[in-house]
Amino acid sequence: MKAGYPLCVVALATAAIAYAQESKIELKPGPGRELVMGYCVMCHSLDYIQGNSPFMTRQVWEAEVTKMIKAYGAQIPAESVPAIVDYLTANYGVATPPK
Amino acid sequence: MDRRSFVLATAGGTLMTLDWRRALAAGLPAGAIDSGTLETLPGKVPLIKRAFRPPNYETPVDLFDAAITPNRAFFVRWHLSDIPDVDAKSWRLKVGGAAAGTPAEYSLDDLKRGFESVEVVAVCQCSGSRRGLSDPHVPGVEWGYGAVGNARWRGVRLRDVLNKAGVKKEAIEIAFDGADKGVLPATPDFQKSIPTWKAMDENTLLAWEMNGEALPHLNGAPLRVIVPGWTATYWVKMLTSIDALDKPLNTFWMNTAYRVPKGKFAFADRFLTQESDASTPITEMVVNSIITNIKDGQKIAVGQDADVRGIAWDGGYGIRSVDVSTDGARSWTAAELGPDLGRFSFRTWRYAFRPSKSGEYPVMARATNRQGATQTAELIFNPAGYHNNVMQRIVLVAA
Repeated sequence: MKAGYPLCVVALATAAIAYAQESKIELKPGPGRELVMGYCVMCHSLDYIQGNSPFMTRQVWEAEVTKMIKAYGAQIPAESVPAIVDYLTANYGVATPPK
Repeated sequence: MDRRSFVLATAGGTLMTLDWRRALAAGLPAGAIDSGTLETLPGKVPLIKRAFRPPNYETPVDLFDAAITPNRAFFVRWHLSDIPDVDAKSWRLKVGGAAAGTPAEYSLDDLKRGFESVEVVAVCQCSGSRRGLSDPHVPGVEWGYGAVGNARWRGVRLRDVLNKAGVKKEAIEIAFDGADKGVLPATPDFQKSIPTWKAMDENTLLAWEMNGEALPHLNGAPLRVIVPGWTATYWVKMLTSIDALDKPLNTFWMNTAYRVPKGKFAFADRFLTQESDASTPITEMVVNSIITNIKDGQKIAVGQDADVRGIAWDGGYGIRSVDVSTDGARSWTAAELGPDLGRFSFRTWRYAFRPSKSGEYPVMARATNRQGATQTAELIFNPAGYHNNVMQRIVLVAA
């Protein structure tokens, strides 16, 4: 199910403050970027991802995505989760925990 | 607009701030440094942007050069992205709950006319201020030093409003909800509670005024909760309801978020009805300070006076002393404290320093409160990055 885009439009329309400035945020290119931009942006600007980098391993990014789904109710289909986690780890993560 | 605000609003102020943003970024994740640009929200001077939406913006530390933080420089922190523009005229506050005998509803005018107006000067600090300096880094808004501010709040005592609502003795917690909400219906609403004893404290207020002006929209207009001494998670903004509860509030924001491992920090204020075996809600702020007027690597001339200035605060006992070291913590000298605006306020301090010979001077400040609690040299690590009161170390270079 590709519910991301229509919901995203609703989300931006209902937010009372104009957040026009966030449109200048550019995430790094790579596989999975469109999924991240479609789902994550529903509830928050993408600088949350930039600011939280690069120090999370795949396991920690996966826990974050799971928290977004389980705790915050993000509408991300289970089959899209691995691609999102892959993108975040490859572009905004680390292979091994920083010492 | 006062002189200070005017200076802040000028281009010169912006340039100075930009310089500071770079100087203080050390220790933050690289991505937080890059994305932490200076951005201007309506009614605010340029602040360090941590997130556009929900808006999370911190104050550059050079703007903490007075005990009171101007409204235009005060940090902004929201959890959820749907933040309505509340019309203060039609806004109503509902007071009720299972442990309230006589529920009531108030307009802003009702509150102003029906209860005694009082003021308190109090520090409002995000629990996660300095999270970005956590070592190792932890997920969350990667705040530097500036998710904190000090203001003179005016409003009514929460206890007066609760007494009018006939709060029963079964009331163990007082819960708050604001008008903000998540974009998705499934996102937990930001609801928080405090123990009834804290709600009944004479300093706990419902405030509509901040530093003599109407509360700014981004700081919670038309009414927010003021919980002096405790971190800002309980200072619910855009308040719409207050509920007296006969059982603990069971929300994500109480059960999962804003908790610290039990036994890691010594607190006087415990929130017993929300404690679990492993963790406890964050309560009062730890004693802390910020050096506000010097930057790491700054050059000064031998024999020249170089005042070191800053602010200090704690969880409501008041600051007893601030000691300054210019030799990397080998020796300490008491700084001169500024005016006392009350035990919940920032206390400004100043240390007259004149380097006698060339070399590096690692400057550190260490605040101590009236309980004898002081800042730490090493981080007390916790998974959410709370309560970071590690002493700063800023090297001045005399030549």
